[in-house]
Amino acid sequence: MSASTQAMQRDDVQNPGMLAAGQGEALWNAQPPGGGQSCASCHGDATASMKGVAARYPAFDEATRRPIDLQDRIRACNARRPGAPDMPHESEELVALSAYVGLQSRGTPTAPDPDPRLAPFRARGQALFERPIGQLNLSCAACHDARAGGRLAGALIPQGHPNGYPLYRLEWQGMGSLQRRLRNCMTGVRAEAPPFGAPDFVELELYLQSRAAPLAVETPAVRP
Amino acid sequence: MARAILFLATLVLASSAHADGGRYEVLGDEIPKPLTDQPGDPARGRAIVVDRRKGLCLLCHSGPFPEERFQGDLAPSLEGAGDRNTPGALRLRLVDSRRVNTDTIMPPYFETTGLHRVAPEFRDKTILNAQEIEDVIAFLATLKTTGGSR
Ligand code: HEC
Ligand code: HEC
Ligand code: HEC
Repeated sequence: MSASTQAMQRDDVQNPGMLAAGQGEALWNAQPPGGGQSCASCHGDATASMKGVAARYPAFDEATRRPIDLQDRIRACNARRPGAPDMPHESEELVALSAYVGLQSRGTPTAPDPDPRLAPFRARGQALFERPIGQLNLSCAACHDARAGGRLAGALIPQGHPNGYPLYRLEWQGMGSLQRRLRNCMTGVRAEAPPFGAPDFVELELYLQSRAAPLAVETPAVRP
Repeated sequence: MARAILFLATLVLASSAHADGGRYEVLGDEIPKPLTDQPGDPARGRAIVVDRRKGLCLLCHSGPFPEERFQGDLAPSLEGAGDRNTPGALRLRLVDSRRVNTDTIMPPYFETTGLHRVAPEFRDKTILNAQEIEDVIAFLATLKTTGGSR
């Protein structure tokens, strides 16, 4: 990442991701269109109740007996509010709320949930990470483990860490989730990307998180 | 009429080559026989090599392409590829690099087997067609450091 992108990320006034987080704060406190409860009415002040939460997601969801990531947790809470409109993946509302909740963990070391029930899902995520896919037959690991720091034509290959998401990407001219980034990498090797929210993504996220620990959360980060 | 039939036949041949690949014979570490009757065209081959959507070579490789600002550093330079490899060895390399190195990251350009989760629009299609492979080989063969042409 260039010095100017890093500087933009560090300075909250310059960081465009902070606008989204601000929008998330407003949504947190607002009554939803259907007249149901605000997030704040159940969770109170997010700077206290949501501190460190994003750092330990994905977590095990008792209801579905599967891992759930932060975005789907927020969607599930939203869906329980009577009359509240759905918050689709990548919608402005969901990305903004995720950025706001994520911001409450900024600086907190990523801490994978030690729940043993997550282990098989994490292992599946690792298998996905290591398997060559697509017409170009490349695995995530081929680039992000073995060749991080190398140049793929003009692009510097990063280590592939998830700790800055959702983030602002200059190329997108907007905010995007980790899953949006993963879809970019998959279509880049001409592989079929699963739909947003698919189990494959949550499993990949689990593995990426354990691989990144204990890096601190940087949400909302900035990328070129 | 005869001409029309001939034209159609060529069309079918060309598209089927693109659709399934895999029609070649490996002998040792070479595919000695060209994939097409028409000799490769080095100029067209060069254009394919530098094309980021078609050849994709410069994602990983660098080479003697002064006009190309962004070149990869994940693979050896293509400079001198024509010295180091016979045309038959270049053909095997391009058709399916996994046969040279099972752990290679170089994509198989003319093989559709052993791949996973290929996007629907690319499924059962090779990255390059037979003529394009021959064009690229013809170009690579000109990359000689020992006083060869370029
Ligand atoms: C009616 C009360 C209620 C409302 C309204 C509500 N939540 Fe929740 N939320 C819960 C409960 C209860 C949990 C505990 C987990 C569960 O049972 O799903 C929870 C869990 C969470 C968690 C995970 C916390 C953790 O420690 O794992 C997040 C994040 C969250 N909610 C965000 C939100 C957001 C964002 C909104 C507004 C869109 C919202 N919630 C609205 C009740 C609510
Ligand atoms: C051909 C090499 C390549 C492959 C294969 C690849 N990626 Fe990437 N990935 C990149 C590059 C290059 C970037 C940075 C893009 C940019 O910033 O321009 C990136 C970015 C990322 C990021 C964001 C990192 C950040 O700091 O924002 C994550 C996470 C990621 N990749 C995960 C994956 C996963 C998971 C897979 C497998 C499904 C994968 N990648 C496959 C090259 C690759
Ligand atoms: C995803 C990365 C990647 C792409 C794309 C790629 N290669 Fe390679 N290539 C490699 C690597 C790595 C090697 C080194 C041998 C190995 O690891 O298999 C290699 C080896 C070679 C060699 C043999 C080495 C030598 O020069 O003697 C040739 C020739 C070659 N590639 C040509 C090409 C051409 C032409 C293209 C485009 C049509 C291409 N490659 C696309 C990664 C790549």
